[in-house]
Amino acid sequence: MINILPNIIFSILLVTSVGFFIYNIKKLITVIKLGKPVDRTDNPKKRLYNMIRIALGQSKMVTKPISGFLHVIVYVGFIIINIELLEILIDGITGSHRFFSKYFNPSLYNFLIASFEILALLVLISVILFWTRRNIVKIKRFLSNEMKGWPKFDADNILYFEIVLMLLFLSMNATDLILQERNFEGYYKAGSFPVSSLMVPLFDSFTTSTVYVFERVFWWSHIIGIFLFLNYLYYSKHLHILLAFPNTYFANLESKGKFGILESVKNEVLLMFYPEKASESNSEIDKFGASDVLDLNWVQLMNAYSCTECGRCTSECPANLTGKKLSPRKIMMDTRDRLEKVSKNITINKGKFVDDGDRLLDNYISKEELWACTSCNACVEACPINIDPLSIIMDMRQFLIMEESSAHPDLNNMMNNIENNGAPWPYNQQDRELWIQEA
Amino acid sequence: MEVPILSELKSRGENPDYLFWIGCAGSFDDRAKKVTKALIKILNKANISYAILGKEESCTGDPAKRSGNEFLFQMKAISNIEILNSYDVKKIITSCPHCFNTLKNEYPDLGGNYSVIHHTTLINDLVKDNKISISGGYYKGKKITYHDPCYLGRANGIYEAPRDVIEKLDAELVEMKSCKSKSLCCGAGGAQMFKEPEKGNQDINIKRSEEAIKTDAKIVAVSCPFCSTMMSDGMTSKQEDVDVIDIAQMIEKAEDL
Repeated sequence: MINILPNIIFSILLVTSVGFFIYNIKKLITVIKLGKPVDRTDNPKKRLYNMIRIALGQSKMVTKPISGFLHVIVYVGFIIINIELLEILIDGITGSHRFFSKYFNPSLYNFLIASFEILALLVLISVILFWTRRNIVKIKRFLSNEMKGWPKFDADNILYFEIVLMLLFLSMNATDLILQERNFEGYYKAGSFPVSSLMVPLFDSFTTSTVYVFERVFWWSHIIGIFLFLNYLYYSKHLHILLAFPNTYFANLESKGKFGILESVKNEVLLMFYPEKASESNSEIDKFGASDVLDLNWVQLMNAYSCTECGRCTSECPANLTGKKLSPRKIMMDTRDRLEKVSKNITINKGKFVDDGDRLLDNYISKEELWACTSCNACVEACPINIDPLSIIMDMRQFLIMEESSAHPDLNNMMNNIENNGAPWPYNQQDRELWIQEA
Repeated sequence: MEVPILSELKSRGENPDYLFWIGCAGSFDDRAKKVTKALIKILNKANISYAILGKEESCTGDPAKRSGNEFLFQMKAISNIEILNSYDVKKIITSCPHCFNTLKNEYPDLGGNYSVIHHTTLINDLVKDNKISISGGYYKGKKITYHDPCYLGRANGIYEAPRDVIEKLDAELVEMKSCKSKSLCCGAGGAQMFKEPEKGNQDINIKRSEEAIKTDAKIVAVSCPFCSTMMSDGMTSKQEDVDVIDIAQMIEKAEDL
């Protein structure tokens, strides 16, 4: 019984952490589904291609070569080292030691363990460089107002997490190697350790039983760290490692210049021009545009959770670059923060949203930010995972104009002109041919 | 200048291949009117069969839509589509990327399906098909930088046609720090053309003009009436002697049309 106690504890930890993770992901899906419907099921081939190219292949990351390159290393490291994670899980459940070594050809196993170690070292170096960029080089896009407080803490947390996990992984291997070389019971020779062998002198002076304790502490800390990391994702911007995939799959495939037709308005306009073409069923008029998160569609809500706050959008935004208040990243962060509040409200009120006197417009995103946008699509283009902040800005402008009649004062003149004389300026439509006569 | 009006052609039973959608800027703005005329000369030189709507043309509704006024946009769109469809218009030429984008991308969902071409693509095609020849001439060897309009570039993926034309003028094309898909907006899009900018530390057109000045080019080629205004205002306030000129006007000048 005492022999299998660690395996029981391990299995309980595994089930609990995976269970809690799944519980949170289900909650996340429920919240995203609160968004208005939008059909993004067309052209599955193109969508799959985009997902493979942009999310899996990181094609948009490398447009910034330094951060792109470092990110690819961490990403590849993350994926590949997960093969090792599988072995750790099997060892944990069954009590085996280096389970795969019994079934794999020794040279293949050595190759795998060696590659994991080299990747772990590369990840460690990349993560330290990432930390340096954020905290010492002080790159501008990490220092904006919206990055103060929790977002900064969150970003650094993830880096510390990864540094600790990689160090634990390598220390675990180093102590394992010492035990293997001292022929300690159960630690038969398996694996090649190009990186951790350099760390052997750190532990070599201890007695074998102490090294064994070290090895066990590193092994357990490493896997518990991974369980904690898994469950930290949901509470963090780091959710992008999962959501990048559906986010790129369901992203807009149309020309970026095409802003969708608002169907509720179409029906109203058809009623005026061609009453016979208007649909009868739509007698209850929708709210036009968006003033709060539940007016947005589910892809926009998913965008908000997918954002990892890298700020590439904001660093390309012409309004932001010239000192205006608008930051596309803040639009996404505000949407997510407000959505989190709405989601808690719904949980507390047993599945129904009860008005809390708060809303996305004004309380999170100001009119000044919305009116600063040039709709140039630079933010959409810059996003490594095809998030569309512009669509949220446009939906909110629709609410400002059509529901609140609070257009920017200069724009009212322009719109009056378009309505009365068919041009944004006060020229008569009858004068449209005058240029022909002018020399 | 003789310009065929669609209603007159139709009443004589003629069916031109193209409708040239002049746009509000092209009809009323002094700088843009010159582009309209340059393009008319090019169309005539290449023997393109076209007509304009004249007094029947009206705003596409683009600035209203980008402001958020979907009602006004759709009212304009539906009445424009009614006119276009009544004349059985199939192909449209525009010299404004905003009209281009709206007609091409947003009219189909309201019943207006047309093949829409921007004048930079048209000119490039005409040169390729030897309908007009533009090698050598005034711009030979001159350093030129090209400013991508957002609604032609990022919005519709047209980056190469205008550049091809500039290269065919035997000019030396130099790129700004941000160009093509990463190009910086001139500051006029999203209805900003019709309002004062929000509070900031610089106007966007000044920032973009500074990028153009850094290339040392004395000519900034544009292909959008709003970019044209913003960039030439930018150059004026930077007191730089840089010529901001639309690609259609460059052809006009190079070929002495």
